[in-house]
Amino acid sequence: MMQLPCPWCGMRDESEFLCGGTTHISRPDLSASDPVWGEYLFFRDNPKGVHLERWRHAYGCGGWFNLARHTVTHEVLAAYGIAEPPPALHASP
Amino acid sequence: MRYSALALLRGALAAHRNWTPVWRSPQPKAAYDIVIVGGGGHGLAAAYYLAKNHGVRNVAVVERGWLGGGNTGRNTTVVRSNYLYPESARLYDFSLRLFEGLSRELNFNVMLSQRGHVMLAHSRHDLETMARWVNAMYMNGIDAQLLTREEVGELAPALDLSPRARYPVIGGLRQPRAGTARHDAVAWGYARAADALGVDILQDCEVTGFTKGPGGRVTGIETRRGRIAAERVGIAAAGHSSVLARLAGFRLPVTSYALQAMVTEPLKPCLDIVVISPGTGAYVSQSDKGEIVIGGSLDLFASYAQRGSFAVLQSVVAATLALFPSFSRLRLLRQWAGIVDVVHDSSPIIGPTPVPGLYINCGWGTGGFKAIPAGGWTLAHVLATGRNHELAEPFQLARFTTGRLIDEAPAAGIAH
Repeated sequence: MMQLPCPWCGMRDESEFLCGGTTHISRPDLSASDPVWGEYLFFRDNPKGVHLERWRHAYGCGGWFNLARHTVTHEVLAAYGIAEPPPALHASP
Repeated sequence: MRYSALALLRGALAAHRNWTPVWRSPQPKAAYDIVIVGGGGHGLAAAYYLAKNHGVRNVAVVERGWLGGGNTGRNTTVVRSNYLYPESARLYDFSLRLFEGLSRELNFNVMLSQRGHVMLAHSRHDLETMARWVNAMYMNGIDAQLLTREEVGELAPALDLSPRARYPVIGGLRQPRAGTARHDAVAWGYARAADALGVDILQDCEVTGFTKGPGGRVTGIETRRGRIAAERVGIAAAGHSSVLARLAGFRLPVTSYALQAMVTEPLKPCLDIVVISPGTGAYVSQSDKGEIVIGGSLDLFASYAQRGSFAVLQSVVAATLALFPSFSRLRLLRQWAGIVDVVHDSSPIIGPTPVPGLYINCGWGTGGFKAIPAGGWTLAHVLATGRNHELAEPFQLARFTTGRLIDEAPAAGIAH
């Protein structure tokens, strides 16, 4: 089982968390074209490697935070605030 | 070599030294008319139907690992066509009908067992939804039955049907023609039949890039075994679709997740249907070897690791034991995971990509095995003719721009 670092509660078991998917996606302007909206709603990088994603400590403090996590090894490379920009990473790809 | 009872007898007399390899392992040629990336069921079926239906035999299937080593060899072998919308019903029932003739067509026993598939209702709301679903299936010309609790009990006596059960069963939805098939045999059968028609199957041949010509049109692939030119290229790589799309220079509306499955030690026959309980989060059948085959929810975070999380395994086992308390003493023999390509409407993508000459078959998510014949058939059609097969027409990438989604999330089974 993965353990994830909640910024407020520390290391907890994966079963206490829900993943909210890719983070740092900003909503386009309301006048955006259909292709732009389609990209925003549905299209993702889905990287085999480091993925920046949102998590919620649903069965704990309830707070949201961001993780940089490797999608093959599941190694957590960084945890940071939900409104913070991603930190510089020096991970193997 | 044609397989038959006579061939088996001849083999017995020759101490079984007369059997030849089921497919060749040729060196890659410099160029093919069509190259298919992905040697799982969908890719191999596409190669077979290219040769069989369209007479295109100068074809290669390139595979990173070994044939059927991805999701084709990692699923729970269920085949069914109990989908809600007409577009999906047509596609998946076409697939089931191809399955019904597949052993004869391929001269390879895929061990299709149409034992029936029962989805359990645990609440009045489940039952009302199923009544609508059964009517939709009738309208689509697909066999379906709404079952009472007693009828469910006659089909699966091992289920806990007591009113005090943790999740009381109050009815079910049955598709009698659904069932299971031997997953490896589907890959091997298509591989053997495609090979016999001249298709080159290149294993241990990972794609590292795409070559492009004027207008950005794809002209071939770069692999660990060298460059291979092709007029057209098809991708059938399930959970790795996004990786290949990135190499080709575009994105997909896909997220890759691990979907796990497990089997117990074998036991005497005790369950001769497939049971799925979306409410508890498990589906269960018994293999011909006697193992109880169990599947459940996705591990709900992006992953390319072909292993499941213990947290999900625990909830799937708990759900199974709530349904079948008598299984509580069984020991799990094996547990594994495949990487599935989930899209927002749980429907596939079969057709052209933004790169001219490059076509894709992906997005089957948690239910690709049952669709192998239809996925191969329709990918072969678009590769050979450049036009979408009519069954695949609704399942284009463009729907994520137009908003014309075909949301089959409930029919995908467990809530993913």
